[in-house]
Amino acid sequence: MNAPIASRQGTVLVDVKQVSLSANSRRIIDDINVEITKGEIVTIVGPNGAGKSTLLKSIIGIVQPDSGQIWRKQKLTIGYVPQKLHIDQHLPLSVQRFLNLASCDDANWAQTSIDNCGVTSLLDRQVSTLSGGEFQRVLLCRALFNKPDMLIMDEPTQGLDHLGTISFYQQVITLRDQLGCAIVMVSHELHVVMSESDRVICLNGHICCQGTPQQVANNPEYLAMFGQEAAGMMAIYRHEHDHHHEHHSGDHHEH
Amino acid sequence: MSFFDDFIIRAFIAGLAVACASAPLGCLVTWRRMAYFGDAIAHASLLGIALSFLLDINMSIAILAITCVIAICLADMGARGFASDTLLGVFAHSGLAIGIVASSFLSGRQVDLMSYLLGDILAIGLSDLLVIWGGVAAILALIIWRWNRLLLVTISHDLAKAESVHPQFENRIFMISLAILVAISIKIVGILLIAALLIIPPVTARTFAHSPEFMALLAGGISVFCLISGIYFSIQFDTPTGASIICLASLCFLISSTFRLTRHP
Repeated sequence: MNAPIASRQGTVLVDVKQVSLSANSRRIIDDINVEITKGEIVTIVGPNGAGKSTLLKSIIGIVQPDSGQIWRKQKLTIGYVPQKLHIDQHLPLSVQRFLNLASCDDANWAQTSIDNCGVTSLLDRQVSTLSGGEFQRVLLCRALFNKPDMLIMDEPTQGLDHLGTISFYQQVITLRDQLGCAIVMVSHELHVVMSESDRVICLNGHICCQGTPQQVANNPEYLAMFGQEAAGMMAIYRHEHDHHHEHHSGDHHEH
Repeated sequence: MSFFDDFIIRAFIAGLAVACASAPLGCLVTWRRMAYFGDAIAHASLLGIALSFLLDINMSIAILAITCVIAICLADMGARGFASDTLLGVFAHSGLAIGIVASSFLSGRQVDLMSYLLGDILAIGLSDLLVIWGGVAAILALIIWRWNRLLLVTISHDLAKAESVHPQFENRIFMISLAILVAISIKIVGILLIAALLIIPPVTARTFAHSPEFMALLAGGISVFCLISGIYFSIQFDTPTGASIICLASLCFLISSTFRLTRHP
């Protein structure tokens, strides 16, 4: 597999080339070409059944594509926050024990992650008694333990309300600044696509369009996929988002 | 060495050994919902008896070989998604039936299959003890060595793969351990009830456990109690050993369920 061109080799983490994957005689993702570089935030949006989770799993290496190639940087550490996780009722598991299953060499970093993710109060709870949002925080905390080069999250804001989503994204940005990791997120809801994303990828089996959030919001393919209201929704979110960051000098949109 | 001349002592020591290995393995079987796999390996192990007559080889070796082969086949079938409950049931009962018929043809005389089906502690010799303890040592070494990885794979295949833990590899280690346990448990508890020995103590322990390790230890304690008392009971009252052990296990489960029901009204 040819590595990406030498000048960018230091920064490219994953290079997906012409990847397709079928299951049950249905093509789930088709001819996907995408590059993930160090430190960037990439959001993948698309309707149900678009293959977003499948694409994530291909990038991680959980599923193998039928055709195409995926180049990964050597010794790439990945933190994965899956969409859902079911613990069998017969398995007694505290949050502390669940976290211990992930290797973490740095005890200070482990404690920092636990505090930052708001998991400190949850440590003695049984995992099966956690709410969706609480479990999400635990999964994120766990994914951070090995200081990943790339953090991959599948619909991380699913159980969160609007405020929870905003604070979650603030946390994600802080993580990217602290760790310098790339962040790849699948988002099901349009209006919660961060304006802080470096790139948005619209997926519907194939990549319809990709670019900065502003570019995608105005792209006819994106509008065709989600309808005219979608453009307005992105604008609304960005407007609210501007109030939380003093440094963010975004335009105010008429709506 | 006269201590071991008494078959009762040998039976207790063998029972103790099997309890130590069946508890942690049984916990994993329960958490991974693989009770049917355990049953399939146990039932089909009867083919090993037929094989030992056919090839005139040592019975224990034949049984161990067959259980390992079956375990690996089932592991691979499971990885491909071909191991549903129904398919495992077909496999298990067909194996048992074929084994019974083949044994009756090949043995010439009527072999006492009941001792394999229900256990036969009278037949445990000193060499059997060594084999059993050897098997238990191997099982415990494997399970303890891979414990954290096995737990991770049990919780989520995807998380495991993302962290470079390979579900297929860990699963094979688990299945081999299961195969060894089946082979060494036949004389104690019998083919028909090995699966019961695997799952009843862990499910009983679940009520009182808050961590996987404590559940395994507690299941071990319950298993030891059931095995020792069951063996004692069967010697005193001349009842089939395996069934006596499982009766006690069921009683323990009943008591633990009562606790659970009164705790969560």
